[in-house]
Amino acid sequence: MKNHVLRPLWVAIAFVALILLARYVLVPRDFGVQGESFTFNYHRAGNVQEWKDFPASYLGKEVCVECHDEKGTKLESSPHAIIQCENCHGPGKDHPETENPETMTIDRSRLLCLRCHADLHYSDANRADIPGIDPNEHNVDSECVECHDSHNPDLEDM
Amino acid sequence: MSCSRRTLLKNTIKGAIAASIPLSAFKFLSPAEVKAAIGDDKVRWGFLVDTTKCVGCGFCVKACKKENEIPYAAAVTRTWVERYVITKDDKTHADSPMGAKDGFTSPKIREEEINPDDIAKAFFVPKLCNQCETPACVQVCPVGATYQTQDGVVLIDRKWCIGCGYCIMACPYGVRFFHPKYKVADKCNFCYQRITKGMKTACVQACPFGARQMGNLKDKDDPVTQRIMNERVAVLKDEYGTKPQVFYIGLDHTVK
Amino acid sequence: MVDHAIIAHGAEWTIKHAFVYPNEYIYWGITIVMYPYMTGLVAGAFVLSSLYHVFGQKDLKDMAKFSLVFSLALLPVAMMPLVMHLQQPLRGIEVLFTPHFTSAIAAFGIVFTTYSIIVLSEIWFVYRQYFVEQTIALKGKTGSRDVFMRTLYNILTLGAYDISEKAVAKDHKAVTILAGIGIPVACFLHGYAGFIFGSVKANALWMSPLMPVIFIMSAVVSGIALCMLTYIIIMEWKKFRAILKKGMGDESVTVIAGVEMDVMIKASRYLLGFLVAAISLELLDIIFRGYTAMKSWDILREVMFKEDFTKIFILQYGLGNLVPFILLMLPRLTIRRLFVSLVLILFGVFMMRWNVVVGGQAFSLSFAGFMHYDLPLIPHNLDTYREGLFGALTIAATPFIIFWVINKIVPSLKKV
Repeated sequence: MKNHVLRPLWVAIAFVALILLARYVLVPRDFGVQGESFTFNYHRAGNVQEWKDFPASYLGKEVCVECHDEKGTKLESSPHAIIQCENCHGPGKDHPETENPETMTIDRSRLLCLRCHADLHYSDANRADIPGIDPNEHNVDSECVECHDSHNPDLEDM
Repeated sequence: MSCSRRTLLKNTIKGAIAASIPLSAFKFLSPAEVKAAIGDDKVRWGFLVDTTKCVGCGFCVKACKKENEIPYAAAVTRTWVERYVITKDDKTHADSPMGAKDGFTSPKIREEEINPDDIAKAFFVPKLCNQCETPACVQVCPVGATYQTQDGVVLIDRKWCIGCGYCIMACPYGVRFFHPKYKVADKCNFCYQRITKGMKTACVQACPFGARQMGNLKDKDDPVTQRIMNERVAVLKDEYGTKPQVFYIGLDHTVK
Repeated sequence: MVDHAIIAHGAEWTIKHAFVYPNEYIYWGITIVMYPYMTGLVAGAFVLSSLYHVFGQKDLKDMAKFSLVFSLALLPVAMMPLVMHLQQPLRGIEVLFTPHFTSAIAAFGIVFTTYSIIVLSEIWFVYRQYFVEQTIALKGKTGSRDVFMRTLYNILTLGAYDISEKAVAKDHKAVTILAGIGIPVACFLHGYAGFIFGSVKANALWMSPLMPVIFIMSAVVSGIALCMLTYIIIMEWKKFRAILKKGMGDESVTVIAGVEMDVMIKASRYLLGFLVAAISLELLDIIFRGYTAMKSWDILREVMFKEDFTKIFILQYGLGNLVPFILLMLPRLTIRRLFVSLVLILFGVFMMRWNVVVGGQAFSLSFAGFMHYDLPLIPHNLDTYREGLFGALTIAATPFIIFWVINKIVPSLKKV
């Protein structure tokens, strides 16, 4: 008499075999322990290169002044020399090679300047060394750039 | 024990073991394959934040968001700056409006006005992923979607992450979040696309005051490494044993 | 029109107070509250069934059959909240393909599969004789439903048609073994859920070695309570229907008998035992935290005794534990009192899950801020459905629907 007791076990094994088959088909070959530690290095190897290939967007000042050398020179002799062009104008990406972006952003709002120049009354932070104004008092209806040249903001130099 | 019961148990155990070992879960690649895949073992990225230099302009946060395509209006960010105002009555007032992506342009902290005469000290603390040496977030990922590279950066595989959020729960520093568009976990990855090409991270490049620096901790001649080795530096929340690799100069005891 | 690509996941139902890190939200909402609740019911139902099969508690025989089948109905529902919660639900199967065993969640794949195999196998052994008898009884019938059922039963026999005494005795032996193995597996199915939380060192409320044990104890409590409750409802409904049809004095009413009080009293003793164990551990946890007063104690105290005071002490400990405890301890237990106790216990266990999962996210990692979970009531998009009231209701209703379907194949309510 055949022992029927093991039948559910065969069904279970078949099910697990199905999972292993699906696994073989669906999991990329380069998935495994890429290094010494199963805890910290278990992953799909190809992903590392995918992140290396992620497009960088910010170019850095040296690239901008290749064309915009006049603006660059003006900036270098001002206190704003420490600010990257892209901080205010946004990332360069492929500009101007493709239309990405075609033109850079020019942000004339007060809020941009207030990032540094809003006087918060903190006497000990590095911020205290930056000339600051009270945004609720100082020429509240005007844009900062109506009087201050952002590439050479010192009013005496203008 | 009767014969049939013994056979049953034996066969059950054998079958269960045979059926349940997912063999390729433990696949190890050859050493050469490993080296090619994971890259440089002479580099270990480390970060240095000098809070005495930070003015809270938030250009780092803006640059990070735009460099790494985190939607600018979304209330999540790979890096942020916290403001601390300690008043003379020993109270700590802290905030980080939208991670300081637009800087700090008002002295009010969450609508609370603070009298400047009451301020004992005030400072700014930039934060980002600490790329821990023994990251808790990697330990808890159920599917191997997040991992540590050979050069110490913790990355997330966007194609494999199932979006369970366990890594977000496990991070003691709160640096992880769900990407609003890709619906997978996300966090600062030291601008891996930039540093592997010899560029600086977006936040390091953007900072006008040099509050953020990055270096190779394995290179003893690296100026940033030298500062970390020779000056008094601190880390955030070391009690969790994650061994964070972002070092702070001027970290106050009130920093949360 | 809001562009949903810019709404952070969690922002729609998280209200932040004081200083909270920018990326902190209530990421684990009601679906994650439901998950340990459902696995707890599964484990508890199975343990109740095993009390008869393994420990020979003869009075529980009818309950045992019912709770076994009900635990099968609960099983797929245990997986539902997880699939609903995942940001990438179709990738959920990766837990079976590339399990990272350092993660407690990776254990889910193995444990759930093992437990499913055990429950399905045990049901097969319990009902194999019934399947074979049905294939014989339906022979020759031509109605489409009868043909379908006969084919189904033929498949379900897995080709084992021998229902001689010897063969059926083997079935019974197999049931005993499986019920025995199944108890630790059922405990593991739920215990690891406690480990998921207890091992998160970053969360000051969750991190505790007691967490897995607390979860298991309260899981068994909820499982037993749900089985008893469903059993009462069904048996009383049957009696009520018989009375409607044939009148009070009819013989068939007395035959149905309704709920057997001594069975219920016995089951409620087990319930009380596990309830006391669960409460003791939870109180121990709070007392230890208060005594050692670690860095997180100030904010935890704020959350427990101010923000969530009602949810923890009034709803969970008060209504959910103390009141049913008193009701069950009082002499001369009646069906009505038992019914109220069981409902309150189920509510209490749910509140315990809520207070752990949501409570653990109620305070910021900064220890200087709070987050409030504003449960979405009426959903207006997929996210607010999944992590809202209606998602939870969907999950709660499903086991009963599944039970209604499978009970037609493996009837568990007839007297054996």
